[in-house]
Amino acid sequence: MPALAYLAVAAAGAVMAVAGVAGVLGVAWSLRVEWLVPLGGLELAMDPLAGFFLALVGIAAAPASIYAVGYAAGDRRGVAAYAAFVGAMAVVPLAANVLTFLLAWEAMSLASYALILTEARRSREAVSAAWVYAVMTHAGLACLLAGMLLLAGWTGSVRFGDWYAAVPSLAPGAANVAFVLLALGFSAKAGVIPLHVWLPRAHPAAPSHVSALMSGVMIKLGVYGLLRAGLDWMGPGPAWWGAAVLLAGAVSAVVGVLYALVERDLKRLLAFSSIENVGIVLIGAGAGMLFHSAGLDGLALLGLAAALYHTVNHAVFKALLFLAAGAVVHATGTRDMEALGGLIKRMPWTAGAFLLGSAAIAALPPLNGFVSEWLTFQALLQSLRIPRPELNLVFAVGIAGLALTGGLAVACFVRAFGITFLALPRGEAAGHAHDASPAMRAGMAALALGCVALGLGPTLALPALAGVAASMTGAPVPRGVEDWLTLSVSGQFARLSTPAVTLALLAGLALPAAALAAIGAGRRRRTYETWGCGRLLQTARMEYTATAFANPFKRVFDFFYRPVKQLDIEVHPESRLFVQRLQYENRTRSLFEDWLYRPALATLHRGARRARRLQSGSANLYLMYILAALLAMLVLA
Amino acid sequence: MIGDVIGALAQVAAVAGGAPLLVGLLRTLKARLVGRRGPRPWQPYADLAKLLRKDAVVSTTASWVFRVTPYVLAATMLVAALVVPVLLSRPALGHAGNIILVMYLFMLGTFFLALAGLDAGSAFGGMGASREVAVAALAEPTVIVAVFALALRADTIDLGGVVERFAREPLLVANPGHLLAFAAFFIVMIAETGRLPVDNPATHLELTMIHEAMVLEYSGHYLALVEWASAMKLFLFLTLLANLFFPWGVPAEPGLLPVLLGALALGGKLVLLVALLAVVETSVAKLRLFRVPELLAGSFALAVLSVTSVFLLQ
Repeated sequence: MPALAYLAVAAAGAVMAVAGVAGVLGVAWSLRVEWLVPLGGLELAMDPLAGFFLALVGIAAAPASIYAVGYAAGDRRGVAAYAAFVGAMAVVPLAANVLTFLLAWEAMSLASYALILTEARRSREAVSAAWVYAVMTHAGLACLLAGMLLLAGWTGSVRFGDWYAAVPSLAPGAANVAFVLLALGFSAKAGVIPLHVWLPRAHPAAPSHVSALMSGVMIKLGVYGLLRAGLDWMGPGPAWWGAAVLLAGAVSAVVGVLYALVERDLKRLLAFSSIENVGIVLIGAGAGMLFHSAGLDGLALLGLAAALYHTVNHAVFKALLFLAAGAVVHATGTRDMEALGGLIKRMPWTAGAFLLGSAAIAALPPLNGFVSEWLTFQALLQSLRIPRPELNLVFAVGIAGLALTGGLAVACFVRAFGITFLALPRGEAAGHAHDASPAMRAGMAALALGCVALGLGPTLALPALAGVAASMTGAPVPRGVEDWLTLSVSGQFARLSTPAVTLALLAGLALPAAALAAIGAGRRRRTYETWGCGRLLQTARMEYTATAFANPFKRVFDFFYRPVKQLDIEVHPESRLFVQRLQYENRTRSLFEDWLYRPALATLHRGARRARRLQSGSANLYLMYILAALLAMLVLA
Repeated sequence: MIGDVIGALAQVAAVAGGAPLLVGLLRTLKARLVGRRGPRPWQPYADLAKLLRKDAVVSTTASWVFRVTPYVLAATMLVAALVVPVLLSRPALGHAGNIILVMYLFMLGTFFLALAGLDAGSAFGGMGASREVAVAALAEPTVIVAVFALALRADTIDLGGVVERFAREPLLVANPGHLLAFAAFFIVMIAETGRLPVDNPATHLELTMIHEAMVLEYSGHYLALVEWASAMKLFLFLTLLANLFFPWGVPAEPGLLPVLLGALALGGKLVLLVALLAVVETSVAKLRLFRVPELLAGSFALAVLSVTSVFLLQ
């Protein structure tokens, strides 16, 4: 029965993808049901941006649901919440007034909260993760509520469509306040640093097909909100909005990948890498907003299209990676990389899927991650067209941050794939793993195909995305495509043809292989054990560990990680030469939790303890409070 | 069309065939600088031929990743050889990408090589892989920011466009910002190709090596491919330095005579750069691994200065 439900969600996902693509290509419609909810009724509207994000939900939800048939079909719990989650995510981008939007947004949060708790019986961790998530998401909701109600009050309308016309007549301070509130609320959902603390807890705690959707799609709806607020609802804002988005993106990208690099838990690693990728999306989006406010609409389209491209790319490869990681967890029962290894021989399908996803997320050509990072670079590299040195500097920070992120992401995914899938198994469970079931393989294969298609077909996808961007900036779409195979950016500034590169790579693989075969060199091969300086036995204990692999980075960035090393050696009472037990720990401390959240929570606790004195238990005192409050209200009125 | 194909083949042949000679020349020069006679410059060809005749030993632990990696590595270098302006300013695949593509192609090779280092399950391979990706990751910002400095001056990031623009306007080259970018790129080249003082290509002491530790398990024709690809990477990096920063003598039009003259000019520039590299390599000691980030941070600062000089001089 759950299998049927999951298949139904997969079919719904396919419908959403088709409807969304139609919306991107210009099919607009709207729907209004007055009586259903108060304050303007239920109101949905389709425009290219909404269509893009609706398609995003569908593209990720369909394969994830097929995967769920194999992954979770034995479990009744969570099916209804899963369907509600996908449904709510589909309504968010379509919502056209304040209350419709907030209801869908809250339904999405509550459904995902319930999904995080599906595995709560097995782990205490999930309970605390869900708690942190609930607090952070509602703090974000409070910001959104305040921002939207302020805008609705100032403009006199709860319909989003009316805001664009009314906002320019507001005082500039008012628009700034509304933007900051909305940006805070949406960034909390997008996992932007430092509002990210819930993300690495909540995403791994959920079942893997849900993690895939949370990382792939849900956090992107935060990006959707930022784009709507910064470009559509409040028109081209001042330059500092774009600069703030770009800088927040650069910080999130670098910090996210730095945390991912030292993480031992495979799914937490992927969650941190989602923070990184949202950062990359925001770098592109911020560049687009900056160009837009400077009146350079062609470049604004490039930046925004790059951001949208990376949004869909990340949805595809991150969903793929979470599904593959889920297959590993399903087969071995652990998410700790130090207990895995050697899975490429026992789980070849999953290993192939994870390798492809890793190469795509590390932005290696010719896959899709490379195309969107390349486009983002091309947008950033043209910053000199804005003749303001302080903004050029912001772009330079974006360029350096994006480059560092690219390099670190390669390191991070070499480690994730290499430690998890290569060499000898480090634990008992990894040695007896089995490959994923056919339904799970089908879900992964669909996403893997998506990675390849989006990498090879940017000339098909980019004009549509530029159309979506143009619907936000109101500029005409330029020709960004030279022919069917080559992208060209800003005339002759830069060009890229991934199909040509792919063909050349295939030829480059085949020719040396053929040449070696012709002289007979490729055949001379024998197998023997790994060279080990003459030691007798090769065991998994001699392999490099995930912690050791990350150690150079811990040392280079020690101001950031602030690593703590702890070595406990227990020796035999007779002689200290006989070691009985040896325990080594090398963990990092979170800058944001230590310096931002703990002090804030401590202050909150202190304030709460002071406020407790008000609650003395004396009824007379309470009556006096009521009287005082009444008097104060009478005086103020 | 036929001309394009011949041009592409000539360029690949120049890189693939010339790369071992460049490495041999570097070794000979280094030996002469420290007072040894050293091997002849064409020794690497003999080394490669010897490796091709030998059996390859593959670890029982290793998977298909280990066996595929040498081919992937060679393929990335061959494709990069079609994108970088070597004999012509607009080579066959010049329209298919720019320097960012070239750098990410190198990253693709590093990605697979690091995985192969982990694949055999030896501690040396893992150590080499970890260090190699650390150096590559930290070098990445410098490369891209130095490219940014070039793109700002040339107003394009098409490699052919940069070369032709600088060749037309020598004033753009004789400019302190350009020299800063050159210095930054030179340091990155040292780090990316594993030369002294970042890595010592001649060492076989397990605990200090980076690249050699990662490829320790390779032998036979696999090792030949890896060595050949490393030589091509050095050739391509030096060619980028030669043709982007000193863009004279790179023909824009295909034709037998201009290409021959261009090849001569490139050869001259490469010999000068190799001599510079040999002097650097013989005059500095290898840095401790954890001092390398300081060197790379220094090169990053040079690249940033180069970019800011554009903002100030505009």
